[in-house]
Amino acid sequence: MALGPHAAFIVAAYAMSAAVVAALVVWVVVDHRAQMRTLADLEASGVRRRSDASRQAAQ
Amino acid sequence: MGLIDLANPSRFLAFSHRLLQALVPVTAALFAVGLYLAFFVAPDDYQQGATVRIMFIHVPAAWLGMMCWTVMSIAALGTLVWRHPLADVALKAATPIGAAFTFICLFAGSMWGRPMWGTYWVWDARLTSVLIMFLMYLGLIALWRAVDDPSRAGRAAAILTLVGAVNLPIIKFSVDWWNTLHQPASVIRLGGPTIHPTILLPLLVMVLAFTLLFVTLHVSAMRNEILRRRVRTLRLMQAEAA
Amino acid sequence: MEALAALLLRDMRLAVRVGGGALVGVLFFLIVVTIVPLGVGPDLALLARIGPAILWIGALLASLLALDRLLAADHDDGSLDLILTGRAPLELAVAVKALAHWVTTSLPLVIAAPALGLFLNLEPGAIGAVALTLLVGTPALTFIGLIGAALAVALRRGGLLLPVLVLPLTIPILIFGVSASNAAIVGPVPFGAPFAILAALTLMSLVIGPFAAAAALRHGLE
Repeated sequence: MALGPHAAFIVAAYAMSAAVVAALVVWVVVDHRAQMRTLADLEASGVRRRSDASRQAAQ
Repeated sequence: MGLIDLANPSRFLAFSHRLLQALVPVTAALFAVGLYLAFFVAPDDYQQGATVRIMFIHVPAAWLGMMCWTVMSIAALGTLVWRHPLADVALKAATPIGAAFTFICLFAGSMWGRPMWGTYWVWDARLTSVLIMFLMYLGLIALWRAVDDPSRAGRAAAILTLVGAVNLPIIKFSVDWWNTLHQPASVIRLGGPTIHPTILLPLLVMVLAFTLLFVTLHVSAMRNEILRRRVRTLRLMQAEAA
Repeated sequence: MEALAALLLRDMRLAVRVGGGALVGVLFFLIVVTIVPLGVGPDLALLARIGPAILWIGALLASLLALDRLLAADHDDGSLDLILTGRAPLELAVAVKALAHWVTTSLPLVIAAPALGLFLNLEPGAIGAVALTLLVGTPALTFIGLIGAALAVALRRGGLLLPVLVLPLTIPILIFGVSASNAAIVGPVPFGAPFAILAALTLMSLVIGPFAAAAALRHGLE
Protein backbone atom coordinates (compact mmCIF):
# COMPACT_ATOMS: atom_id res chain seq x y z
CA MET A 1 0.00 0.00 0.00
CA ALA A 2 1.94 2.98 -1.25
CA LEU A 3 0.77 6.31 0.05
CA GLY A 4 2.54 8.41 -2.52
CA PRO A 5 4.59 11.60 -2.14
CA HIS A 6 2.22 13.19 0.37
CA ALA A 7 2.19 10.27 2.79
CA ALA A 8 3.07 12.49 5.76
CA PHE A 9 -0.17 14.49 5.37
CA ILE A 10 -2.31 11.36 5.11
CA VAL A 11 -0.68 9.85 8.18
CA ALA A 12 -1.00 13.14 10.09
CA ALA A 13 -4.71 13.38 9.30
CA TYR A 14 -5.45 9.82 10.39
CA ALA A 15 -3.18 10.04 13.46
CA MET A 16 -4.79 13.25 14.72
CA SER A 17 -8.28 11.84 14.14
CA ALA A 18 -7.38 8.68 16.02
CA ALA A 19 -5.94 10.77 18.85
CA VAL A 20 -9.08 12.91 19.13
CA VAL A 21 -11.37 9.86 19.08
CA ALA A 22 -9.17 8.17 21.69
CA ALA A 23 -9.32 11.31 23.85
CA LEU A 24 -13.12 11.27 23.64
CA VAL A 25 -13.27 7.60 24.64
CA VAL A 26 -10.85 8.17 27.53
CA TRP A 27 -12.90 11.19 28.69
CA VAL A 28 -16.11 9.17 28.70
CA VAL A 29 -14.58 6.19 30.52
CA VAL A 30 -12.65 8.21 33.13
CA ASP A 31 -15.63 10.48 33.81
CA HIS A 32 -17.84 7.43 34.32
CA ARG A 33 -15.42 5.90 36.83
CA ALA A 34 -15.09 9.21 38.69
CA GLN A 35 -18.85 9.66 39.00
CA MET A 36 -19.41 6.07 40.13
CA ARG A 37 -16.66 6.44 42.73
CA THR A 38 -18.12 9.71 44.04
CA LEU A 39 -21.59 8.19 44.19
CA ALA A 40 -20.26 5.21 46.15
CA ASP A 41 -18.46 7.53 48.60
CA LEU A 42 -21.58 9.62 49.11
CA GLU A 43 -23.76 6.57 49.69
CA ALA A 44 -21.20 5.17 52.10
CA SER A 45 -21.42 8.37 54.12
CA GLY A 46 -25.13 7.89 54.48
CA VAL A 47 -26.74 10.28 52.00
CA ARG A 48 -29.67 8.76 50.13
CA ARG A 49 -31.62 9.89 47.07
CA ARG A 50 -35.33 10.48 47.70
CA SER A 51 -36.34 7.83 45.17
CA ASP A 52 -33.98 5.33 46.83
CA ALA A 53 -35.72 6.01 50.13
CA SER A 54 -39.20 5.50 48.72
CA ARG A 55 -38.10 2.34 46.94
CA GLN A 56 -36.69 0.97 50.20
CA ALA A 57 -39.90 1.90 52.01
CA ALA A 58 -41.94 0.09 49.37
CA GLN A 59 -39.90 -3.12 49.70
CA MET B 1 -41.69 -0.11 27.25
CA GLY B 2 -42.41 2.91 25.11
CA LEU B 3 -39.96 5.61 24.15
CA ILE B 4 -41.56 7.91 26.69
CA ASP B 5 -40.32 5.68 29.51
CA LEU B 6 -36.77 6.67 28.59
CA ALA B 7 -37.53 10.11 29.98
CA ASN B 8 -36.98 8.60 33.42
CA PRO B 9 -33.25 8.86 34.13
CA SER B 10 -32.99 5.53 35.93
CA ARG B 11 -34.71 3.70 33.09
CA PHE B 12 -32.49 5.52 30.64
CA LEU B 13 -29.40 4.34 32.52
CA ALA B 14 -30.56 0.75 32.41
CA PHE B 15 -31.56 0.86 28.74
CA SER B 16 -28.42 2.67 27.63
CA HIS B 17 -26.22 0.15 29.42
CA ARG B 18 -27.66 -2.65 27.32
CA LEU B 19 -27.57 -0.52 24.19
CA LEU B 20 -23.88 0.26 24.63
CA GLN B 21 -23.03 -3.41 25.03
CA ALA B 22 -24.34 -3.87 21.49
CA LEU B 23 -23.09 -0.59 20.03
CA VAL B 24 -19.43 -0.76 21.02
CA PRO B 25 -18.55 -3.98 19.15
CA VAL B 26 -20.62 -3.00 16.10
CA THR B 27 -18.92 0.39 15.90
CA ALA B 28 -15.47 -1.18 16.20
CA ALA B 29 -16.31 -3.70 13.50
CA LEU B 30 -17.57 -1.02 11.14
CA PHE B 31 -14.40 1.01 11.60
CA ALA B 32 -12.32 -2.09 10.87
CA VAL B 33 -14.26 -2.74 7.68
CA GLY B 34 -14.25 0.93 6.69
CA LEU B 35 -10.51 1.39 7.22
CA TYR B 36 -9.76 -1.79 5.30
CA LEU B 37 -11.89 -0.57 2.39
CA ALA B 38 -10.33 2.87 2.61
CA PHE B 39 -6.76 1.69 2.37
CA PHE B 40 -6.85 -1.59 0.48
CA VAL B 41 -9.89 -1.46 -1.80
CA ALA B 42 -10.39 2.16 -2.80
CA PRO B 43 -8.13 3.09 -5.68
CA ASP B 44 -5.91 6.17 -5.89
CA ASP B 45 -7.66 9.10 -7.48
CA TYR B 46 -6.22 9.89 -10.92
CA GLN B 47 -5.82 13.55 -9.99
CA GLN B 48 -5.19 13.48 -6.26
CA GLY B 49 -3.36 10.22 -5.85
CA ALA B 50 -3.34 8.63 -2.43
CA THR B 51 -4.39 11.81 -0.60
CA VAL B 52 -7.98 11.10 -1.59
CA ARG B 53 -7.95 8.71 1.38
CA ILE B 54 -8.09 11.72 3.69
CA MET B 55 -11.62 12.17 2.37
CA PHE B 56 -12.70 9.07 4.30
CA ILE B 57 -12.00 11.00 7.51
CA HIS B 58 -12.73 14.56 6.43
CA VAL B 59 -16.20 14.04 4.93
CA PRO B 60 -17.69 11.85 7.71
CA ALA B 61 -16.30 14.23 10.36
CA ALA B 62 -17.85 17.19 8.53
CA TRP B 63 -21.25 15.54 8.24
CA LEU B 64 -21.16 14.50 11.88
CA GLY B 65 -20.14 17.95 13.07
CA MET B 66 -23.27 19.27 11.39
CA MET B 67 -25.47 16.33 12.38
CA CYS B 68 -24.44 16.82 15.99
CA TRP B 69 -25.61 20.44 15.89
CA THR B 70 -28.89 19.17 14.40
CA VAL B 71 -29.27 16.66 17.25
CA MET B 72 -28.47 19.45 19.69
CA SER B 73 -31.13 21.66 18.07
CA ILE B 74 -33.76 18.97 18.50
CA ALA B 75 -32.65 18.56 22.12
CA ALA B 76 -32.86 22.34 22.50
CA LEU B 77 -36.46 22.28 21.29
CA GLY B 78 -37.06 19.45 23.75
CA THR B 79 -35.77 21.67 26.55
CA LEU B 80 -37.59 24.85 25.65
CA VAL B 81 -40.82 23.65 24.08
CA TRP B 82 -41.61 20.20 25.42
CA ARG B 83 -39.70 20.39 28.74
CA HIS B 84 -38.40 16.84 28.27
CA PRO B 85 -36.43 15.85 31.38
CA LEU B 86 -33.41 14.48 29.54
CA ALA B 87 -33.32 17.07 26.76
CA ASP B 88 -30.72 19.34 28.34
CA VAL B 89 -28.68 16.29 29.36
CA ALA B 90 -28.62 15.28 25.71
CA LEU B 91 -27.68 18.83 24.71
CA LYS B 92 -24.80 19.14 27.17
CA ALA B 93 -23.43 15.68 26.39
CA ALA B 94 -23.39 16.25 22.63
CA THR B 95 -21.51 19.56 22.62
CA PRO B 96 -17.90 18.39 23.21
CA ILE B 97 -18.39 15.48 20.82
CA GLY B 98 -19.57 17.78 18.03
CA ALA B 99 -16.68 20.15 18.72
CA ALA B 100 -14.22 17.25 18.46
CA PHE B 101 -15.65 16.04 15.14
CA THR B 102 -15.62 19.56 13.71
CA PHE B 103 -11.98 19.88 14.76
CA ILE B 104 -11.17 16.58 13.02
CA CYS B 105 -12.90 17.89 9.90
CA LEU B 106 -10.90 21.13 9.93
CA PHE B 107 -7.58 19.41 10.66
CA ALA B 108 -7.99 16.64 8.10
CA GLY B 109 -9.16 19.20 5.57
CA SER B 110 -6.08 21.28 6.26
CA MET B 111 -3.86 18.21 5.78
CA TRP B 112 -5.65 17.59 2.49
CA GLY B 113 -5.45 21.20 1.38
CA ARG B 114 -1.72 21.63 1.81
CA PRO B 115 -0.67 19.07 -0.81
CA MET B 116 -3.66 19.62 -3.08
CA TRP B 117 -4.26 23.39 -3.00
CA GLY B 118 -0.86 24.47 -1.73
CA THR B 119 -2.17 26.05 1.46
CA TYR B 120 -3.17 24.88 4.95
CA TRP B 121 -6.06 27.33 5.09
CA VAL B 122 -8.06 29.66 2.89
CA TRP B 123 -10.91 32.00 3.79
CA ASP B 124 -13.35 30.26 1.48
CA ALA B 125 -17.08 30.40 2.38
CA ARG B 126 -17.35 26.77 3.48
CA LEU B 127 -14.15 26.75 5.55
CA THR B 128 -15.11 30.03 7.20
CA SER B 129 -18.62 28.90 8.09
CA VAL B 130 -17.35 25.58 9.50
CA LEU B 131 -14.79 27.50 11.55
CA ILE B 132 -17.61 29.69 12.86
CA MET B 133 -19.51 26.54 13.85
CA PHE B 134 -16.40 25.33 15.70
CA LEU B 135 -16.18 28.65 17.55
CA MET B 136 -19.85 28.37 18.47
CA TYR B 137 -19.28 24.86 19.85
CA LEU B 138 -16.46 26.21 22.01
CA GLY B 139 -18.65 29.10 23.14
CA LEU B 140 -21.35 26.68 24.21
CA ILE B 141 -18.84 24.64 26.21
CA ALA B 142 -17.72 27.87 27.90
CA LEU B 143 -21.36 28.65 28.69
CA TRP B 144 -21.94 25.26 30.35
CA ARG B 145 -18.85 25.75 32.50
CA ALA B 146 -19.85 29.26 33.52
CA VAL B 147 -23.06 28.43 35.33
CA ASP B 148 -23.53 26.19 38.38
CA ASP B 149 -27.15 25.22 37.99
CA PRO B 150 -27.36 22.71 35.13
CA SER B 151 -30.97 23.38 34.22
CA ARG B 152 -30.46 27.15 34.01
CA ALA B 153 -27.39 26.65 31.87
CA GLY B 154 -29.43 24.19 29.81
CA ARG B 155 -32.07 26.74 28.90
CA ALA B 156 -29.49 29.34 27.93
CA ALA B 157 -27.55 26.79 25.91
CA ALA B 158 -30.76 25.68 24.20
CA ILE B 159 -31.47 29.21 23.00
CA LEU B 160 -27.94 29.65 21.69
CA THR B 161 -28.05 26.28 19.97
CA LEU B 162 -31.20 27.24 18.09
CA VAL B 163 -29.78 30.61 17.09
CA GLY B 164 -26.59 28.92 15.89
CA ALA B 165 -28.60 26.42 13.85
CA VAL B 166 -29.00 29.20 11.28
CA ASN B 167 -25.38 28.41 10.33
CA LEU B 168 -26.19 24.86 9.20
CA PRO B 169 -27.90 25.63 5.88
CA ILE B 170 -25.24 28.29 5.28
CA ILE B 171 -22.51 25.65 5.57
CA LYS B 172 -24.39 23.19 3.37
CA PHE B 173 -25.13 25.63 0.58
CA SER B 174 -22.03 27.81 0.89
CA VAL B 175 -20.18 25.85 -1.78
CA ASP B 176 -23.04 26.50 -4.19
CA TRP B 177 -23.62 30.15 -3.35
CA TRP B 178 -19.97 31.23 -3.21
CA ASN B 179 -17.88 28.71 -5.07
CA THR B 180 -14.28 29.78 -4.71
CA LEU B 181 -12.00 26.92 -3.72
CA HIS B 182 -13.73 24.13 -1.78
CA GLN B 183 -15.17 21.35 -3.92
CA PRO B 184 -18.93 21.59 -4.56
CA ALA B 185 -21.39 18.99 -3.32
CA SER B 186 -20.78 15.57 -4.79
CA VAL B 187 -22.85 13.21 -2.67
CA ILE B 188 -26.03 14.83 -1.36
CA ARG B 189 -27.20 16.73 -4.40
CA LEU B 190 -29.98 16.70 -6.98
CA GLY B 191 -29.12 14.09 -9.56
CA GLY B 192 -27.38 11.76 -7.12
CA PRO B 193 -23.76 11.33 -6.16
CA THR B 194 -21.01 12.02 -8.66
CA ILE B 195 -18.42 9.84 -6.94
CA HIS B 196 -17.43 6.47 -8.42
CA PRO B 197 -18.75 3.47 -6.43
CA THR B 198 -15.29 2.18 -5.55
CA ILE B 199 -14.75 5.37 -3.55
CA LEU B 200 -18.39 5.93 -2.57
CA LEU B 201 -18.71 2.57 -0.76
CA PRO B 202 -15.78 3.05 1.65
CA LEU B 203 -17.03 6.59 2.23
CA LEU B 204 -20.51 5.43 3.17
CA VAL B 205 -19.13 2.70 5.44
CA MET B 206 -16.93 5.24 7.21
CA VAL B 207 -19.90 7.62 7.55
CA LEU B 208 -21.90 4.82 9.15
CA ALA B 209 -18.99 3.96 11.45
CA PHE B 210 -18.59 7.60 12.51
CA THR B 211 -22.33 7.91 13.07
CA LEU B 212 -22.41 4.89 15.36
CA LEU B 213 -19.33 6.24 17.11
CA PHE B 214 -21.23 9.47 17.75
CA VAL B 215 -24.23 7.58 19.11
CA THR B 216 -22.00 5.48 21.38
CA LEU B 217 -20.12 8.49 22.72
CA HIS B 218 -23.29 10.55 23.08
CA VAL B 219 -25.18 7.88 25.01
CA SER B 220 -22.13 7.30 27.24
CA ALA B 221 -21.75 11.02 27.89
CA MET B 222 -25.46 11.31 28.71
CA ARG B 223 -25.08 8.51 31.27
CA ASN B 224 -22.17 10.37 32.85
CA GLU B 225 -24.13 13.61 32.95
CA ILE B 226 -27.06 11.90 34.69
CA LEU B 227 -24.65 10.47 37.27
CA ARG B 228 -23.01 13.88 37.68
CA ARG B 229 -26.36 15.47 38.45
CA ARG B 230 -27.11 12.76 40.97
CA VAL B 231 -23.81 13.53 42.68
CA ARG B 232 -24.76 17.20 42.75
CA THR B 233 -28.18 16.47 44.26
CA LEU B 234 -26.66 14.23 46.91
CA ARG B 235 -24.04 16.84 47.78
CA LEU B 236 -26.75 19.49 48.12
CA MET B 237 -28.75 17.17 50.38
CA GLN B 238 -25.65 16.46 52.42
CA ALA B 239 -24.96 20.17 52.81
CA GLU B 240 -28.55 20.81 53.84
CA ALA B 241 -28.52 18.05 56.42
CA ALA B 242 -25.29 19.29 57.96
CA MET C 1 -47.88 51.30 22.16
CA GLU C 2 -47.49 54.29 24.42
CA ALA C 3 -45.61 52.09 26.84
CA LEU C 4 -43.13 51.20 24.11
CA ALA C 5 -42.66 54.80 23.07
CA ALA C 6 -42.10 55.75 26.69
CA LEU C 7 -39.55 52.96 27.04
CA LEU C 8 -37.74 54.15 23.94
CA LEU C 9 -37.53 57.75 25.15
CA ARG C 10 -36.52 56.67 28.65
CA ASP C 11 -33.67 54.54 27.37
CA MET C 12 -32.42 57.23 25.06
CA ARG C 13 -32.50 59.86 27.79
CA LEU C 14 -30.70 57.58 30.24
CA ALA C 15 -28.05 56.78 27.68
CA VAL C 16 -27.04 60.35 27.00
CA ARG C 17 -27.21 61.44 30.60
CA VAL C 18 -24.12 61.54 32.75
CA GLY C 19 -23.14 57.97 33.51
CA GLY C 20 -25.01 56.66 30.46
CA GLY C 21 -21.87 55.94 28.50
CA ALA C 22 -23.29 56.31 25.00
CA LEU C 23 -20.69 58.63 23.60
CA VAL C 24 -17.81 56.75 25.21
CA GLY C 25 -18.31 54.23 22.42
CA VAL C 26 -17.31 56.85 19.87
CA LEU C 27 -14.21 57.61 21.90
CA PHE C 28 -13.28 53.93 21.91
CA PHE C 29 -13.86 53.78 18.15
CA LEU C 30 -11.51 56.73 17.71
CA ILE C 31 -8.84 55.11 19.86
CA VAL C 32 -9.02 51.79 17.99
CA VAL C 33 -8.81 53.50 14.61
CA THR C 34 -5.78 55.40 15.90
CA ILE C 35 -4.04 52.30 17.25
CA VAL C 36 -4.14 50.37 14.01
CA PRO C 37 -2.10 52.78 11.89
CA LEU C 38 0.35 53.12 14.77
CA GLY C 39 0.80 49.37 14.72
CA VAL C 40 0.70 48.83 10.98
CA GLY C 41 2.82 51.78 9.97
CA PRO C 42 2.08 55.02 8.12
CA ASP C 43 2.00 53.53 4.62
CA LEU C 44 -0.99 55.48 3.26
CA ALA C 45 -1.66 53.14 0.37
CA LEU C 46 -1.85 50.19 2.73
CA LEU C 47 -4.15 52.08 5.10
CA ALA C 48 -6.45 52.97 2.23
CA ARG C 49 -6.60 49.28 1.27
CA ILE C 50 -7.48 48.04 4.75
CA GLY C 51 -9.36 51.18 5.84
CA PRO C 52 -12.87 49.78 5.45
CA ALA C 53 -11.88 46.70 7.46
CA ILE C 54 -10.37 48.81 10.27
CA LEU C 55 -13.50 50.93 10.51
CA TRP C 56 -15.75 47.86 10.54
CA ILE C 57 -13.69 46.02 13.15
CA GLY C 58 -13.57 49.14 15.30
CA ALA C 59 -17.34 49.53 15.07
CA LEU C 60 -17.82 45.83 15.89
CA LEU C 61 -15.63 46.01 19.00
CA ALA C 62 -17.21 49.26 20.16
CA SER C 63 -20.70 47.75 19.78
CA LEU C 64 -19.64 44.63 21.62
CA LEU C 65 -18.16 46.47 24.57
CA ALA C 66 -21.23 48.64 24.96
CA LEU C 67 -23.59 45.67 25.11
CA ASP C 68 -23.58 45.16 28.85
CA ARG C 69 -25.22 48.56 29.16
CA LEU C 70 -28.20 47.22 27.26
CA LEU C 71 -29.88 45.19 29.97
CA ALA C 72 -27.63 44.95 33.02
CA ALA C 73 -28.45 48.33 34.52
CA ASP C 74 -32.18 47.64 34.31
CA HIS C 75 -31.66 44.24 35.85
CA ASP C 76 -29.73 45.71 38.74
CA ASP C 77 -32.31 48.31 39.72
CA GLY C 78 -35.35 46.14 39.13
CA SER C 79 -36.73 47.86 36.03
CA LEU C 80 -36.29 44.65 34.04
CA ASP C 81 -38.75 42.87 36.31
CA LEU C 82 -41.26 45.65 35.68
CA ILE C 83 -40.75 45.31 31.93
CA LEU C 84 -41.19 41.54 32.19
CA THR C 85 -44.47 41.85 34.05
CA GLY C 86 -45.74 44.79 32.02
CA ARG C 87 -48.44 44.61 29.37
CA ALA C 88 -46.22 45.23 26.38
CA PRO C 89 -45.02 42.01 24.76
CA LEU C 90 -41.51 41.25 25.98
CA GLU C 91 -40.21 40.76 22.43
CA LEU C 92 -41.27 44.28 21.47
CA ALA C 93 -39.96 45.73 24.71
CA VAL C 94 -36.45 44.32 24.19
CA ALA C 95 -36.57 45.30 20.52
CA VAL C 96 -37.35 48.87 21.54
CA LYS C 97 -34.49 48.80 24.05
CA ALA C 98 -32.16 47.55 21.34
CA LEU C 99 -33.37 50.30 19.02
CA ALA C 100 -32.69 52.93 21.69
CA HIS C 101 -29.26 51.39 22.23
CA TRP C 102 -28.50 51.52 18.53
CA VAL C 103 -29.57 55.14 18.20
CA THR C 104 -27.49 56.27 21.16
CA THR C 105 -24.45 53.99 20.79
CA SER C 106 -24.06 52.83 17.19
CA LEU C 107 -25.49 55.76 15.24
CA PRO C 108 -22.77 58.05 16.64
CA LEU C 109 -20.22 55.52 15.34
CA VAL C 110 -21.75 55.75 11.87
CA ILE C 111 -21.61 59.53 12.04
CA ALA C 112 -18.00 59.48 13.27
CA ALA C 113 -16.86 57.01 10.60
CA PRO C 114 -16.37 59.53 7.76
CA ALA C 115 -14.09 61.66 9.93
CA LEU C 116 -12.08 58.62 10.91
CA GLY C 117 -11.97 57.59 7.27
CA LEU C 118 -9.90 60.66 6.62
CA PHE C 119 -7.30 59.41 9.10
CA LEU C 120 -7.11 56.26 7.04
CA ASN C 121 -6.66 58.03 3.74
CA LEU C 122 -9.92 56.78 2.27
CA GLU C 123 -11.39 58.30 -0.88
CA PRO C 124 -14.75 60.10 -0.56
CA GLY C 125 -16.48 57.31 -2.45
CA ALA C 126 -14.97 54.75 -0.09
CA ILE C 127 -16.00 56.79 2.94
CA GLY C 128 -19.54 56.95 1.65
CA ALA C 129 -19.65 53.21 1.02
CA VAL C 130 -18.29 52.35 4.46
CA ALA C 131 -20.67 54.73 6.19
CA LEU C 132 -23.64 53.27 4.30
CA THR C 133 -22.68 49.68 5.12
CA LEU C 134 -22.17 50.64 8.77
CA LEU C 135 -25.57 52.31 8.82
CA VAL C 136 -27.23 49.17 7.49
CA GLY C 137 -25.05 46.66 9.34
CA THR C 138 -24.72 48.07 12.87
CA PRO C 139 -28.38 47.36 13.73
CA ALA C 140 -27.61 43.70 13.12
CA LEU C 141 -24.66 43.94 15.52
CA THR C 142 -26.90 45.49 18.18
CA PHE C 143 -29.80 43.06 17.74
CA ILE C 144 -27.57 39.99 17.78
CA GLY C 145 -25.69 41.43 20.72
CA LEU C 146 -29.09 41.74 22.40
CA ILE C 147 -29.20 37.93 22.58
CA GLY C 148 -25.86 37.80 24.35
CA ALA C 149 -26.85 40.62 26.69
CA ALA C 150 -30.05 38.79 27.63
CA LEU C 151 -28.14 35.57 28.27
CA ALA C 152 -25.56 37.35 30.38
CA VAL C 153 -28.28 38.96 32.50
CA ALA C 154 -30.25 35.71 32.84
CA LEU C 155 -27.15 33.82 33.86
CA ARG C 156 -25.61 36.61 35.93
CA ARG C 157 -22.27 36.00 34.29
CA GLY C 158 -20.27 38.68 32.59
CA GLY C 159 -16.66 38.99 31.66
CA LEU C 160 -15.53 37.62 28.35
CA LEU C 161 -18.35 35.07 28.08
CA LEU C 162 -20.67 37.54 26.40
CA PRO C 163 -18.29 38.55 23.58
CA VAL C 164 -17.26 34.92 23.08
CA LEU C 165 -20.87 33.92 22.53
CA VAL C 166 -21.83 36.88 20.37
CA LEU C 167 -18.78 37.28 18.12
CA PRO C 168 -19.18 34.12 16.00
CA LEU C 169 -22.73 35.19 15.20
CA THR C 170 -21.56 38.63 14.08
CA ILE C 171 -18.83 37.35 11.77
CA PRO C 172 -21.06 37.15 8.67
CA ILE C 173 -22.10 40.78 9.17
CA LEU C 174 -18.46 41.84 9.34
CA ILE C 175 -17.63 39.81 6.23
CA PHE C 176 -20.42 41.29 4.14
CA GLY C 177 -19.98 44.82 5.47
CA VAL C 178 -16.32 44.88 4.45
CA SER C 179 -17.07 43.02 1.22
CA ALA C 180 -19.67 45.59 0.20
CA SER C 181 -17.33 48.47 1.08
CA ASN C 182 -14.49 46.99 -0.94
CA ALA C 183 -16.82 46.21 -3.83
CA ALA C 184 -17.72 49.88 -4.05
CA ILE C 185 -14.06 50.88 -4.06
CA VAL C 186 -12.34 48.27 -6.13
CA GLY C 187 -14.93 46.18 -7.94
CA PRO C 188 -15.31 43.85 -9.91
CA VAL C 189 -18.20 42.50 -7.82
CA PRO C 190 -21.00 45.09 -7.92
CA PHE C 191 -21.79 46.80 -4.62
CA GLY C 192 -25.41 45.67 -4.71
CA ALA C 193 -24.86 41.96 -4.15
CA PRO C 194 -23.04 41.91 -0.79
CA PHE C 195 -24.98 44.97 0.30
CA ALA C 196 -28.27 43.18 -0.27
CA ILE C 197 -27.03 40.23 1.77
CA LEU C 198 -25.94 42.61 4.53
CA ALA C 199 -29.39 44.17 4.54
CA ALA C 200 -30.96 40.69 4.64
CA LEU C 201 -28.79 39.76 7.64
CA THR C 202 -29.93 42.89 9.43
CA LEU C 203 -33.58 42.19 8.72
CA MET C 204 -33.19 38.63 10.00
CA SER C 205 -31.49 39.84 13.16
CA LEU C 206 -34.32 42.32 13.80
CA VAL C 207 -36.58 39.28 14.16
CA ILE C 208 -34.33 36.62 15.65
CA GLY C 209 -32.70 38.92 18.20
CA PRO C 210 -35.79 40.04 20.14
CA PHE C 211 -37.36 36.57 20.12
CA ALA C 212 -34.22 34.83 21.35
CA ALA C 213 -33.53 37.57 23.92
CA ALA C 214 -37.09 37.45 25.26
CA ALA C 215 -36.88 33.67 25.56
CA ALA C 216 -33.57 33.96 27.41
CA LEU C 217 -34.99 36.50 29.86
CA ARG C 218 -38.14 34.50 30.50
CA HIS C 219 -36.31 31.24 31.06
CA GLY C 220 -33.53 32.78 33.04
CA LEU C 221 -35.43 35.04 35.35
CA GLU C 222 -38.31 32.76 36.24
